[in-house]
Amino acid sequence: MFLTNIETIPGKTITECHGVVSGSTVRAKHAGRDIMASLKNIFGGELKGYTELLGESRDEAIDRMKSQADQMGANAIVNVRFSTSSVAAGAAEIYVYGTAVTVE
Amino acid sequence: MTDYINIIVFFILISCGYFFGKHAEKNHYASINKREKKMLKIPTTNSRHPIGEIPDVMKSRLVHGNVVISVDYFKRILAGLRNFFGGPVRSYETLVDRARREAILRMKESCPGAGQIINLRIETSSISQGGKNTIGSIEVLAYGTAIFFYPEN
Repeated sequence: MFLTNIETIPGKTITECHGVVSGSTVRAKHAGRDIMASLKNIFGGELKGYTELLGESRDEAIDRMKSQADQMGANAIVNVRFSTSSVAAGAAEIYVYGTAVTVE
Repeated sequence: MTDYINIIVFFILISCGYFFGKHAEKNHYASINKREKKMLKIPTTNSRHPIGEIPDVMKSRLVHGNVVISVDYFKRILAGLRNFFGGPVRSYETLVDRARREAILRMKESCPGAGQIINLRIETSSISQGGKNTIGSIEVLAYGTAIFFYPEN
């Protein structure tokens, strides 16, 4: 599966367009990570737990989008966009969408 | 008595935030500057087309890097004061600057050997901390398309 966030796949040509595909995950934070995060809120610096959490959920959202594209019979997704929103205090929604196409 | 304890705790937190936060920020900037120099070899653009004349493209893929950074207690108090008096909130400027540069660096480090990264997009969101409506920590995601060229013979 090829993924890009531009309209084409460099070095390939698009032969068929299948439509929009998307994937999303909602993740809540973890009590243990939250304690570390509140400590970091005093000292400042990177919240590694949250970086990992959001990275994992983003990968999962991408996987869901890929499997949707697979079902459509596409072999590439172009124009991929990410968006993040916090739905409730402590929970983040990660949404990823793009256009499924067939390339040669 | 409890008033005194509260005041003492407050000053301890502020001084912890000031000293540790300053130290962390200095180290982070040093590391960012060092790694940015190393990563200069991958040209990055936010336009949809590669920069200049390019050799044949071997493959391309989506790359991304993210980071969550929190501000320290001292700066948060400073920003709270700014909220009261108005004016630019300098203490948060370094926070977002560090977060963006770190995210871009992580994105670049995830694709060693790439020829160029095109269509760079940066997404910023704040992760609310409990019920208080302070910024606290922000997440920055940088993503783009890495293109790899055939090695020149």
